[in-house]
This record gives sequence, structure tokens and C-alpha cells, in this order.
Amino acid sequence: MMIRKQDILCLAGAAVFACSPLVLDAYWTDVLNNIGLYAILALSLNIILGQCGLFQMGHAAFFAIGAYTSAILNTMFDIPLLWTMPLAGILAGIFGLIVARPIIHLRGDYLLIVTIGIVEIIRIALINDVGGLTGGANGIFGIDRPMLFGLKIKRPYQFFYLIWGFCAVTIFLFHRLENSRFGRALNYIKDDDVAAEGSGIDISKYKLIAFVIGAFWAGMVGTIFAGKMKIISPESFSFWESVLLFTIVILGGMGSIRGVLLGAFLIIGLPEVFRDFASARMLIFGAAMVAMMIFRTQGLLPPLPRKYDVSRFFSKAEGEQS
Amino acid sequence: MSLVELKNLTKTFGGLLAVNDVSFNVEEGSIVGLIGPNGAGKTTVFNLITGNYIPDTGEAVFNGKNVVGMQTHRIVNLGIARTFQTIRLFKSLNALENVLSGCHCRMKSGVFASMFRTRKQRAEEKHVLEKAMAELEFVGLKDQWDIQADSLSYGKQRLLEIARALATEPKFIILDEPAGGMNDQETQELIDIIKAIRDRGITVLLIEHDMSLVMKICEHLVVLEYGAVIAEGDPETIKNDPRVIEAYLGADDDLL
Amino acid sequence: MEEFFQQLTNGLAVGGIYALIALGYTMVYGVLKLINFAHGDLFTIGAFLGLTLLTSLGLTDSVGPVAGLLVLAVMVVVLVGVVGYLLERIAYRPLRTSPRLSAVVSALGASIFFQNAIMLIWGARPLVYPHGLLPNITVDIFGVELPLIRIIMFAISVLLMCGLYYLTHKTRIGTAIRAAAIDQGAAKLMGIDVNRVISLVFMIGPALGGAAGVMVGLYYGQINFTMGWLYGLKAFTAAILGGIGNIPGAMLGGLLLGVVESLGAAYISIAWKDAISFLVLILILIVRPTGLLGERVADKV
Repeated sequence: MMIRKQDILCLAGAAVFACSPLVLDAYWTDVLNNIGLYAILALSLNIILGQCGLFQMGHAAFFAIGAYTSAILNTMFDIPLLWTMPLAGILAGIFGLIVARPIIHLRGDYLLIVTIGIVEIIRIALINDVGGLTGGANGIFGIDRPMLFGLKIKRPYQFFYLIWGFCAVTIFLFHRLENSRFGRALNYIKDDDVAAEGSGIDISKYKLIAFVIGAFWAGMVGTIFAGKMKIISPESFSFWESVLLFTIVILGGMGSIRGVLLGAFLIIGLPEVFRDFASARMLIFGAAMVAMMIFRTQGLLPPLPRKYDVSRFFSKAEGEQS
Repeated sequence: MSLVELKNLTKTFGGLLAVNDVSFNVEEGSIVGLIGPNGAGKTTVFNLITGNYIPDTGEAVFNGKNVVGMQTHRIVNLGIARTFQTIRLFKSLNALENVLSGCHCRMKSGVFASMFRTRKQRAEEKHVLEKAMAELEFVGLKDQWDIQADSLSYGKQRLLEIARALATEPKFIILDEPAGGMNDQETQELIDIIKAIRDRGITVLLIEHDMSLVMKICEHLVVLEYGAVIAEGDPETIKNDPRVIEAYLGADDDLL
Repeated sequence: MEEFFQQLTNGLAVGGIYALIALGYTMVYGVLKLINFAHGDLFTIGAFLGLTLLTSLGLTDSVGPVAGLLVLAVMVVVLVGVVGYLLERIAYRPLRTSPRLSAVVSALGASIFFQNAIMLIWGARPLVYPHGLLPNITVDIFGVELPLIRIIMFAISVLLMCGLYYLTHKTRIGTAIRAAAIDQGAAKLMGIDVNRVISLVFMIGPALGGAAGVMVGLYYGQINFTMGWLYGLKAFTAAILGGIGNIPGAMLGGLLLGVVESLGAAYISIAWKDAISFLVLILILIVRPTGLLGERVADKV
């Protein structure tokens, strides 16, 4: 009964949210779109950082590879933008696999530094126009708008449904993933990797899969980003983007989908609400990170324990007692 | 036939000889105790069998297969499970999920099956839930299934580790000081549980400092001192072995 | 050959700066096993404080350039040392017993905080150190004309490193620092005030970093609020290269990285200059995480 009530509340909230472009102007709808993009990116990072506890600070690199893959395929080969989405994801995933493989065993803080290094190398490579494909520091422009069922998506409210629709699918799938053998395995690794290995879990394999899923999803978000911006350049994928995503997951609550959503709203949305302090937002987030670690390590909305229906194991015993 | 044969295992850390040419066998279906003074290298021997450490030389043959150099999770897959001397539970998760971690290696569903909740995946989840609850019941923790692991008492945490190890469906279980931190009553219950494990057809190797427990349940004892085996035999023989008495007491006092 | 020698000496001068910053990482890591992500930003604070004091106090005019810069350096070193002390008290000490990764996140937060504080105080635009503070002379060494400032820079970093080595290896307090690095518990039992040692390390490390900040301002002339993390990453690479926690290792790693980077930029590609050090970092962590002078420690199960 409890679960059903919660589900109804969730659906009602989602329905109200889905109507928001009707009352918001283009500017605020676009703010929601940005929140949505960051939310999906942060959800994909959450698999790696939140669920598996791997300190990945280079998520912008995967995002960049997806966006550039789509942009190149679309501008050079005229492939419709949304068709490039799977390939953007796959390439980002393969890249994730290749870079993560040799570094996956590194301890948390070392991994953090190495992933920072990787995102910087990617950015430098993009600026240096590798293979003459990436357009150097200016980036790539003239990217087509996405087409969905014959409809060209260009207005903010149209993007709203594309982005938040994708976000809803992401939440649905990731929620199921979290409540499965796979999700549990990631949590075991986060809690104690020696014990996880000792319980028969192939920890390197699962860490790698977490990386690949996170990278795959970030790559797909890159496609939408490319279609939304029409121009992409290396500065869109700086180290700071990675820091922002990292902050969303940590402040929202590592491993918690609702926490990550809240984090995205706070970190991307709040500076828009309080425009006066927009320039000081990172200062405040930095201080908040320190305070959070000291006073509330688990984040604003930590994950709820998984639910298991064990009533059937007790009914017989209770019957005997009565 | 011996289920486990250790052949000339040697392990050094830096200049320290932690395990020195250790060889002994564990017969299938038996309860064997590995005893010795602190720092004799008992836990290191365990870590060599479970793949946490790789020996400098020697073999650890399980079921006719040398497991030296294999990754720990592969060894668990083959049927060797363990508990840790310093309890290593998944502290932020509840008792049930701790046991479910042991079921992991006997499950199959992957990422796609989980995302799309296939029929097979759901059936498997249902099945392991039963198995995990059964293991909790086996060690007497069924009612505490939803208690977070680090809120359990010390003794119950040890039992939970055993349940987790059993959930991997082992042929051979290694218990590192299972009675550590337990009171007398808990130790008594532990003795029954260890016997019940053996009755399930699982071979047991344990390290224990509680000599009354060791003498009560072990059929065979191996004594380690300074990394080397100094005596081996049934409890009665070991109890009267002068070298063992000296190793333990360094004197002629009779504590055993 | 001339080109090579120029690049080599330039590499040594820059490497000296990396080494000074790397010492801060390595000392903190030694006692706390924590990577102080905010360290690079303390270096930036040093550079900006130096510039502000330089322009507002006019010391170089009143007491002459050499004495003026010396006084200035001392002031910066003390101020940055105080910031380092406060950082440890506020952001790290409450987390001493928490899981290590909490402290890492806190360090990261502190870094973000500092960087943006610098931006809000001094602005986002790069600032320029006054010209002509140090005479623009070249010196002839083995037939190669080298800028004097390069030689001075290198000499100062070597001097500071020697001073630190003396402090850590020949004095009582140095012994306490090394003891706390080996085993905090045992050090405590031997009557060493570990909290004081940690505070001290958090003053010395940032102080050296602050000095390096002023040196970078004088050498390159231009400073900006984000430079801390690039220098910080490179210095961290240097610390890892030499073996983190190892003081002579940080010195060696810094000089080595400076030379590799300088030669790489000259002979491979200037555009990939920053990528070279990241590549070195990744390779070192994969191939030999203990660094050149570090010792291998087995994980206890």
C-alpha cells in the first residue's frame, strides 16, 4: 500500500512537471532543459561514482566524445542527428573501456587524479584538431536539429520533452539496474572491495562495466547536447564540467537517484534563481562540499535501502505461534 | 581423497619469512584446525589458499586443481569460501544483502536482463532470496534480516560472515577465528553451527584461539610456529606433544 | 646543442618550482595519507598576495629590489602558511577519523572554494607582475647565454629544498615529522604532539608553495586564478614520480618533470606540452605507482 501511494505521488509530480513548459517562458524552459541534461549526465556518473564508489572526475570526456561523434557524423556525412546517438554512446563506451582498463585498480584518490588527466588530454586533443576532424579550438558548427517522427525539434519546449523524456527513461532503467544483482555488486565493491572479491564478485569486471555504462550514457547525452547547441567546442567539456557533475552526485547523495535529481536542480537551477550570486556559485558549492563531508557525509538525500518482500518466509512461523 | 593439498607453500614479506615450506592435507568432510601462537602465519596460509596473497613457491591444490595465481573470485567460484579475522562485512547494507553477495557468483543475470526485468531475472531474484533467507536461518539470524550489518553484535557479525560464505555454495569453508569476540553461549551455538556445516558435506578449516572449542570439534590439528608446521595429528596427540606445549607456553605449564 | 641547453636549464628552473609545490603534496601525504587537492590553489594565493603586496607596499622602491623582494617573500610565505594552517583546522581535522575518501572530497571542495575566492577577490582576468624588478641580464655559461633570472630561480628552489631537507632530517621537529609520517599512533605514545606536527606540515608545505607562486609571477610575469590546478596537477605528478611521501623524491620528480616537459615541448610539440605531464602521470601510476624512490607496501588483508 505504501509503495503504491508513493508511486502515485511520483506520477502526479511528473505530470505536473510535464506541464511546466505551458506556464514557463522560453528562458526558464531552457533552464529546465539544462537541468535535465546535467541530471542525465549526473545519473550516468552516479553509476560509477555513487553506486560503485569510483572517484571518476573525467566524465566530461565521455560526454565530449559522444557530442563530437554525433557532430562529425552529422556535419560530414549528413546522418540524421538522433540516428548517431547509439554510435555516440558506443564510441564513448569503448573509450571508457580502453581508458578505464589500466587504471581501474587504482585507489580512490589516485583514480581521481588520473581521470582529471584524461579529461585534460582529451580537451587538448580536441583543441589540437586531431585527425582534422574536431575543428580545433573553434569546434564544429552547423549541426542539425534533431528530428523525431518527422518533427524538427528546435524550440525550448520541444527540447524539454526530448530531454526529460530521455531522463525519465534513464531513471526507469537505472532504478531497475540499481535493484538487481548488478546494482548490489556495485554497492558491495563500494563498501569493501576485498570482501566483495572474497564473496566471489569479479570486482575489476564490475568496475569496468560501471565505467562503460556511465560512459555510454554520457555519450548519448552528448548527441542531444550537440543538437541543442548546434555548435560544440572544447570549452564546453572542460574540467569544470566534470567538477560540476561530481558535485551534483556528492551533494545530492552518492548512489541515490532522487538525490542526484535534487542535486541537479540545486546546482544548475539555483544560480539561475539567485542571479546575483551566480558568479559566487562555485565558491558556495566548494564550501558546501567541505561542510557536507563534515556534517552529512551521505549527501542531502541518501539512497533508501532496497526493498525485499520477505513476508512469505515468516507467515508459516507466525501461524505456528498463534 | 584429500580435498585440499598444500604443498611446500612459502611466502616472504620483504625479509620476513611469514610462511615457511608449509605442507598439509585436508580430508574431504573433516573439520581441521590450524593453530599456533600469534604471528605464526596462520592467516597468511589462509590468504595463500584464497588467492589474496600469491606464494613465492609451492602449490595449493583444491579438488585436483592448483589454485595458486588464480584471482580470488575465481577461487570462490571453484568452491572455497572464507570469513575474515577482522570482520569484513558490508557495513552499510543489511544482513540479507550481505548474504546475497555470496549468492552473486551462482547467479547469471546481467545488465540487460536487470534493466528489462526478464522473466528469468525475476525468477532468479526470487530463488536467491529464498536461499539467502535459508542461510540466515541456518546461522540463526533470520529475524535480523533487515538490520544493518554494523548494528549487529560482534558475535552475530561473525555468524553473518559465515552465512555469507555459505551462500557461495562452497565445498570447502575457511573460518578465521570464528569465535573471536563471542561469549560462552555464543561459542556453544557456534560449535553446533560448525558441526552442521560439516553435516551439509562442507569441509571446514579453521583458525581458533579458543582451545576448548578446537579440541571439541576438530578431528585433525595442524600446529604452526614461525611460519612452519611443527606438529600435526588428532587433538589428543597434539595436546601431549612437547613441542606444541613449548611453542604455546614457552614453559612447562599445562594449559591445554 | 645551444637549443638543448636552453631547454634543459629552462626545464630545471620550472622543475624547481614544480618541486617546491610537490614538497607540499608529499609532506601532507606523508603524515595524513591525504592528497591535499587545495594545495595548488594555495600556490596561486601566494602569487596573488605577492603581487598585491608588491604594488601596494612599494617595498622594492623604498629598500631596493633585492631586500624588497626578500621581505615580500617572507610576508607571502607567512601569510600562505597561515592559510594552510586554517585549511587544515577547518576542512581536514574534523575528518581525521572519517573514511579517507571523505577527506578527499573535502579537499576538492576546499580547492573549488579557494579558486573561486581568488577569482572574486582579484578578478577573472590574468594579472601582470611589474616589469623590470629583476634586471634582464644574461650570463655566459659554457658559451651559452642564459637569463640570470633563470639561474636565480633555480638557485632559490635548490636553497629552499636544502633548507627543508635540513629541517626534516637534522632537527628535533623534523624527526617528529618523520616519526608521525611512519606511525602516528607510535609517535603519539613517544610523546610527540601529532596535531602540532600536522599543523606544522600544513604551514611549511603551503609556505613553500606560496614562495613558488611569487617565483612564477616573477619568472613568467603573468598570473591567473586557475593556474593553481595546472601547476598543482603537475607538481602532484612530480610527487608521484619521485614516490609520494618521500621528500627527496619530490625534489627529484619535480626537476625531472620540468626537464621532460621542457624538452618535450621543444622537440615534440608545444601544443601538447600540458598533455605530456598528464601522460607521465598516468604511465607512472600504471607502471610503478610507488614512484622512483618510493617503497612498496603490501596491502593487509
